[in-house]
Amino acid sequence: MPEATEGTATLPAAEEQAVPKSQGRSDGAKPRSLWSDAWRDLRRNPLFVASAVLILLLLVMTAFPSLFTDASPRDGNLQGAFLKDPEYGKVFSAEWLGYDGQGRSIWARLVYGARASVIVGVVVTAAVTLFGGLVGMLAGYFGGWLDSLLSRLTDIFAGIPFLLGAMVVLTSFDVRSVWVVSAALVFLGWTQIARVMRGSVISCKQADYVVAAKALGAGTGRILLRHILPNAVAPVIVVATIALGGYISAEATLSYLGIGLADPVVSWGIDVSAGKDQLRNAPHVLLFPALMVSITVLAFIMLGDAVRNALDPKLR
Amino acid sequence: MGRYVARRLLQMIPVFLGSTLLIFLMMHALPGDPVRAMWGEQAIDPSQIARVKHDLGLDLPLWHQYWNYLSGLFQGDFGTQIASQRPVADVIADAFPVTIRLALFAFVFTVVVGISLGVLAGLRADRLLDKGVLFFTLLLVSVPSFVLGYAFQFLFAMKLGWLTPTVQNSEDFGQLFMPAIVLGSLSLAYVTRLTRTSIAENLRADYIRTAVAKGLPRRRVVGVHLLRNSLIPVVTFLGTDLGALLGGAVVTEGIFNINGVGRVIYEALNRHEGSTVTGVVTLLVIVYLLASLIVDLLYAVLDPRIRYA
Repeated sequence: MPEATEGTATLPAAEEQAVPKSQGRSDGAKPRSLWSDAWRDLRRNPLFVASAVLILLLLVMTAFPSLFTDASPRDGNLQGAFLKDPEYGKVFSAEWLGYDGQGRSIWARLVYGARASVIVGVVVTAAVTLFGGLVGMLAGYFGGWLDSLLSRLTDIFAGIPFLLGAMVVLTSFDVRSVWVVSAALVFLGWTQIARVMRGSVISCKQADYVVAAKALGAGTGRILLRHILPNAVAPVIVVATIALGGYISAEATLSYLGIGLADPVVSWGIDVSAGKDQLRNAPHVLLFPALMVSITVLAFIMLGDAVRNALDPKLR
Repeated sequence: MGRYVARRLLQMIPVFLGSTLLIFLMMHALPGDPVRAMWGEQAIDPSQIARVKHDLGLDLPLWHQYWNYLSGLFQGDFGTQIASQRPVADVIADAFPVTIRLALFAFVFTVVVGISLGVLAGLRADRLLDKGVLFFTLLLVSVPSFVLGYAFQFLFAMKLGWLTPTVQNSEDFGQLFMPAIVLGSLSLAYVTRLTRTSIAENLRADYIRTAVAKGLPRRRVVGVHLLRNSLIPVVTFLGTDLGALLGGAVVTEGIFNINGVGRVIYEALNRHEGSTVTGVVTLLVIVYLLASLIVDLLYAVLDPRIRYA
């Protein structure tokens, strides 16, 4: 009876969910944990450094957009700047990347659009990790009827196509703020983490240190939080980091379809959608926001990839 | 084998009921009244609305509506599209072949290109080619399909003029080429990565050393011994991916103007019309469940060590 069907499919190379055992201490050397090992690996990985710099830049953009541009992302000048071409010489000025069909500076909209994407990505990832992690941990640790119940529940939610399901949820809201879009993505997105966590917990709940903790009389809560969680969380972190990029992509896709965020929220997905009718005569209106989404998603996915390489000893 | 299939089919029942119920409830939570919307801004006698609702069974209690819906499903009745009064099954029958053609095209593209790239990279793990392929897949995962769609349309259709920007005739595989690649790009990245990791790992296995040692030609070692053992995670992914391809068609069909299921869903959502969406999504759930069953059975074909008691 194959057990391999669960949770292996939804991200690249995620089939290696073996729980990284802490590295054996070599005599005399300073004991190194999995985490400090991983951190050492990460710092030497150029992909990690590149993605970290990009993400830092995005975070600053999210917090202080006015550092990057003086122009407003919402005030358009239809008379003077309708679909004006980019002036690549004037780097970081309002004219740099041209103007859109409502005479708004595209560079300003790129800068202010970071906020929606980053917030949705981070909020959804955090919520999904907490909820999915909890479900997976309970199902994996207690087993029995609770596992059957939670696993079937996970199957039910996983059976619904992610994007379509989110579209259905979102049409029932008239005001679609960043929080509503995040909630819709969490509603259908937690299953992946739950499956990974369940498998990870199952593979370490029989370990000697858990048995020892039980023998010493530790309570269930303590075992779960102090013994199981730190040893089972690595694969979850890997999946969550990679998924973050996916959620940003999903938000952009929904906003592009007109079912996600809506004006006055500034979102790259909306801008792509607004530029699609002028693709032939003013391609810059569409191409720059599209490029920005891709770079952002790439930064988070590269980060996730680097974290996986660092945390997964099998790949070393 | 027979008993295993029976057990898996039984396990599918609660998941099927749960998923359909969930979609059914979600559609009922939608605001707006699709029956009232049939008359738009016109004034209308409430008794007429009540009569249409009665004819469609929309005045029954919710559990009764769900029951009617389920029993209809087993007779191939996916409900009635409210605006046009057409059976949803007919609407699906019109649109589904187009989407199936597109998705199958994307699927074949994914399988052929993905596995070949994955094998090439996996055999030379950590060399330049491998690093290039890995980075290429990272790029593919990062570019959302609507971005890729417009980039292709801009570059290949508008700048270079090699292809038509939109699909005029969905029977023509030449025109479906670009949409299919866009639709399959994300899966292509996943398949490539899964194959690559699996191949690189199995390359160190004992049976490969044995096969090489007993003097088998390299083609046989890679093509039979290595590939067959490495394909299990890939097949798992492909099984669940078929449903995602059909769902992803919402975006691709919009960009390339294809009249398939994605179009139908998108328009129905904008009209707040539950029955069509429920019907199509139910169909996708069935496809997903059947595909995962087939995947489980394929394991035994790929790896004879797996036996189903």
